[in-house]
Amino acid sequence: MNDVLLDVRVVHKRYAGATVLRDIHLRLQRGERVSLLGPSGCGKSTLLRIAAGLERQFDGELQRASPDQASVAFVFQEPRLMPWLTVAQNIGFADGAACDRQRVDILIAEVGLDGFAEALPKRLSGGMAQRAAIARALYGRPALLLLDEPFSAVDAFTRMKLQDLLLDLAQRHHIALLLVTHDVDEALYLGDRVLVMENRPSRIRHSLGVDLSQPRDRRDPRLAALKAEALTALHEAHVI
Amino acid sequence: MSADSRAWPTGRRRAILQGAWRTLGPRLKGLVLPVTLLATLEVAARLGWVPAYQMPAPSEVLLTLGELADGPLWKHIGASLARVALGFAIGAGLALVFAVWVGLSREAERYLEPTFAALRAIPSLAWVPLLLLWLGIDERSKVVLIAIGAFFPVYLNGVAAIRGIDRKLVEVGHLYGFGALRLTRRILLPAALPGLFTGLRSGLALAWMFLVAAELIAATRGLGYLLSDGRETSRPDLVLAAIVVLALLGKLSDGLLAGLERRCLGWRDTLGEQQGEVRS
Ligand SMILES: Nc1ncnc2c1ncn2[C@@H]1O[C@H](COP(=O)(O)OP(=O)(O)OP(=O)(O)O)[C@@H](O)[C@H]1O
Ligand SMILES: [Mg+2]
Repeated sequence: MNDVLLDVRVVHKRYAGATVLRDIHLRLQRGERVSLLGPSGCGKSTLLRIAAGLERQFDGELQRASPDQASVAFVFQEPRLMPWLTVAQNIGFADGAACDRQRVDILIAEVGLDGFAEALPKRLSGGMAQRAAIARALYGRPALLLLDEPFSAVDAFTRMKLQDLLLDLAQRHHIALLLVTHDVDEALYLGDRVLVMENRPSRIRHSLGVDLSQPRDRRDPRLAALKAEALTALHEAHVI
Repeated sequence: MSADSRAWPTGRRRAILQGAWRTLGPRLKGLVLPVTLLATLEVAARLGWVPAYQMPAPSEVLLTLGELADGPLWKHIGASLARVALGFAIGAGLALVFAVWVGLSREAERYLEPTFAALRAIPSLAWVPLLLLWLGIDERSKVVLIAIGAFFPVYLNGVAAIRGIDRKLVEVGHLYGFGALRLTRRILLPAALPGLFTGLRSGLALAWMFLVAAELIAATRGLGYLLSDGRETSRPDLVLAAIVVLALLGKLSDGLLAGLERRCLGWRDTLGEQQGEVRS
């Protein structure tokens, strides 16, 4: 398993006696992009937090290619920027005052925040703040980026731009993605594989391969066909 | 409008006056009440409506203040300032340490919180006789009393501030594998700073209050001594002069903290930070 980045087995995950996850096995190769769909409350965020090492209390095991915390980065649903730090300081947050200013400047340019390096988060729009959060996640040169509904709070056009930005950055830095979303189009557009979870106790019900090369065209009829397939799978998993 | 004012010089002058009034007016409004009150008092005292041994004219108080300033006033101010500074530093410093400890550790909370809750139930002035018995009437008892007064507001606000920190921000620290020390320095302290400042400012106000209490009881120097001296010698002008000085010092020291607060907390995205934009 030389090229396996992440291998999570969850036998059981309980919160206060209620089983949230059961018998889940998730594996990610280097550079692979996986989307995760499922009903609200089925445990997608929990699974992601387990993969990130934020949640340690579960039956099962977590294996990562590198035990180094910096090899995995997380983008939350909200930007979660430190309000007392400037954009540049937030992006280099992992290293504090000793941060690599040159790398920060490159990342700022890459996510299109030029001119906002010294701005405080309160001056950013929702989409800009989320871009800063993505730059912060990339700062540590992660091999795997975990994203929990990262674009759900921005408008449809900004979302498309952010998706393209994410794909571009993932490609350029050769980063694997594990993305939780409620948006079927987003799941298909970004993922090499789309996993569909069912509810209570949650397992992975379907795995849908998306054999389309990147970059993809949002108008591609094959994406539309896959969407029909995904909707059927969601229906079977009682998501819709 | 600019074309208008160029064509009509008088209209322009009026515009300038109106502009000045718009910026100064709101501030002047705050002066209306005190100025009226002082003028009324002055007239009432001059005309003998109130007996001078109870309420001297404001100008009288001002004269007394001037006399004091040539003589012992600075000695008294110095003594009081030193006591407040020392007492506040000790009380607030200890309070911060305990607040961080109790705020961060459930275990510390279980051990310490019941004791602090019980101590807090004692009105702080009830300590006075005990302090006098234990420490005598010299500086130590005064400083300790002031420290006790400053302790609880700082402690309570500090614990509340740390408990109120957004868990989501703390999680970012966990994600980077921050240890306890780095987590505290990089996330917990800055996030709790607004609440800590609130505590420090109310602690300082209480420090001044307890200073007066301590000096009223037993002192040979200080503004509180000036107060009791004025009472004993039946000189209300002296008492009022001391009150004015206390008010000025209280305002000044709070202003220092407020300035520091503004500088440290400019990042806050609150109504108070954008004064004039929303509130007018
Ligand atoms: N800290 C917690 N304590 C107790 N129960 C929790 C906790 N966190 C999550 N849960 C429960 O676990 C279940 C899964 O939560 P999770 O946040 O993983 O769902 P999700 O799939 O991400 O949902 P959504 O799509 O709405 O974000 C929910 O039913 C929730 O009630
Ligand atoms: Mg979730």
